Amino acid sequence: MKVVDELLKNPSAWLKLGAPTGVMVSSRVRLARNLEGVAFPGWAGEEESLRLWQELRPILEALPGCMPPVALEMEGLSRVDKDILVERHLISRDLAEKGRGSGLVFKADETVAIMVNEEDHIRMQVMSPGLSLRGLWHTIDGIDTDLEQKVRYAFSARMGYLTACPTNVGTGMRASVMLHLPGLVLMNEINPIIKGVNKIGLAVRGLWGEGTDAAGNMFQISNQTTLGEAEDTIISRLEQIVLEIEEHEKHAKARLIQQKEISLRDHVGRACGILTHACLLNSKETLDMLSALRLGIELGLLREWSASMIDELFLLIQPGHLQKVEGKIIGAEKRDLARAKLIRARLISGKRG
Amino acid sequence: MMCETCGKKMATVHWTEMVNDVVKKMHLCEACAAAKGLDVNNPAAFSDVMLGLGAQRESAAKERDVACALCHMRISDFKKTSRLGCQACYDTFAEELKPLLEAMHKGNQHVGKVPAHHDVKTTAKAGLLPSLTVLRQKLETAIAAEQYEEAARLRDQIQQCVKKVPSARSRPAMERE
Ligand SMILES: [Zn+2]
Ligand SMILES: [Zn+2]
Repeated sequence: MKVVDELLKNPSAWLKLGAPTGVMVSSRVRLARNLEGVAFPGWAGEEESLRLWQELRPILEALPGCMPPVALEMEGLSRVDKDILVERHLISRDLAEKGRGSGLVFKADETVAIMVNEEDHIRMQVMSPGLSLRGLWHTIDGIDTDLEQKVRYAFSARMGYLTACPTNVGTGMRASVMLHLPGLVLMNEINPIIKGVNKIGLAVRGLWGEGTDAAGNMFQISNQTTLGEAEDTIISRLEQIVLEIEEHEKHAKARLIQQKEISLRDHVGRACGILTHACLLNSKETLDMLSALRLGIELGLLREWSASMIDELFLLIQPGHLQKVEGKIIGAEKRDLARAKLIRARLISGKRG
Repeated sequence: MMCETCGKKMATVHWTEMVNDVVKKMHLCEACAAAKGLDVNNPAAFSDVMLGLGAQRESAAKERDVACALCHMRISDFKKTSRLGCQACYDTFAEELKPLLEAMHKGNQHVGKVPAHHDVKTTAKAGLLPSLTVLRQKLETAIAAEQYEEAARLRDQIQQCVKKVPSARSRPAMERE
């Protein structure tokens, strides 16, 4: 679809080029909302969902916070288009599996995205590079306040915003920060961190893959509970914890240079060699190698490329984006070939003079 | 914390489940979680397990199978999908939800944002229909105070709101997956 093709001309909202990229890759805040008196999407029929989508679409498109808006119904989208939206964090895998009556309205710059008839009637999110939870909460709070003047939410004084899954009831808010933590992983210090974070009611998951197997050393940290605490309390705790993790990561990097400089240089150099010379690259290997390159850049060991250019590659090597760039649907093995070709081309042409 | 099953790897998957009405917390590594059929990448499947709605709960489901007056979902439907049918399900299944909510959240009272329309006064001012929740609270108060005429009026008003809700769904809730 043409609208989706247009997206590829720009970097995704979670890794805007030029933004200072370090340990904190991006932040996101989402709110789950349902309309009063209407069955939740999983229990409402297709007709009901379709009616709701048709009613909500113009309301969402008219929100000042969504200007200029783009609206897409899931039914009209190809597999590759859906993959691209998932890879750009505009929709969830669950929404991608839906068809008639489910859709997405997003702000053209991709910073605001509202899913209709996913698990809840409305799932709105805002995202930006770096750490900006407070700003994001302020933005989405405003959009939510605008929307509540047009629709009536299912809400109870005791239980808060009523959601299809009891895990989201209360604020309906999920705030998350994506962190690049190669130092902690290489120093074998990531497990105690994950353990500690879990203990205080926050969830840690690999952006791609799980736990220590998180490909590309990208970790997402988010609040697990939504009932019994106000939004700003949840956000403050999350912010405090990710700032602490950032400190740990910086210390881990410092020790890495002090204690393991040779193996660090070897690790970065090998990644460089593989990425610029390999003919077949699978997704996991590429993500790990790109993480090593990003680490090299952050530590000043590599000066040929910028961190934001590497961040863009994290996105472009995903299956949907890769197939869109190739202009056709290709199988996994051909994708490895296409991925290696794209990486080589980008790393060679993207070198700084 | 180490994985409770293999004891070798770090536990990164944590969930709460109900076994015979006792809340049990589990801590597993990725591999053991996957072996239990827990797809951590799929939030829907993940919370199914988290809610303890797995096979071992089938027997308990027969004990109390109330249906939601508003959306006609039964507790047995909820156990299949771990998703509620509508807002009123929170009242209908309050008994079943209570231990789950206590185990998964920090409290049992919402703290935080309240939509402006939740306030009855602003509702009237904005010319919006009175909230279903507010109406049901009023109905309870009216019944308690034995104001039956007022209660009947409120019941009619609620029926008006409820008409917007699709009628009884006989199709299996599993269809969703
Ligand atoms: Zn294990
Ligand atoms: Zn219901």
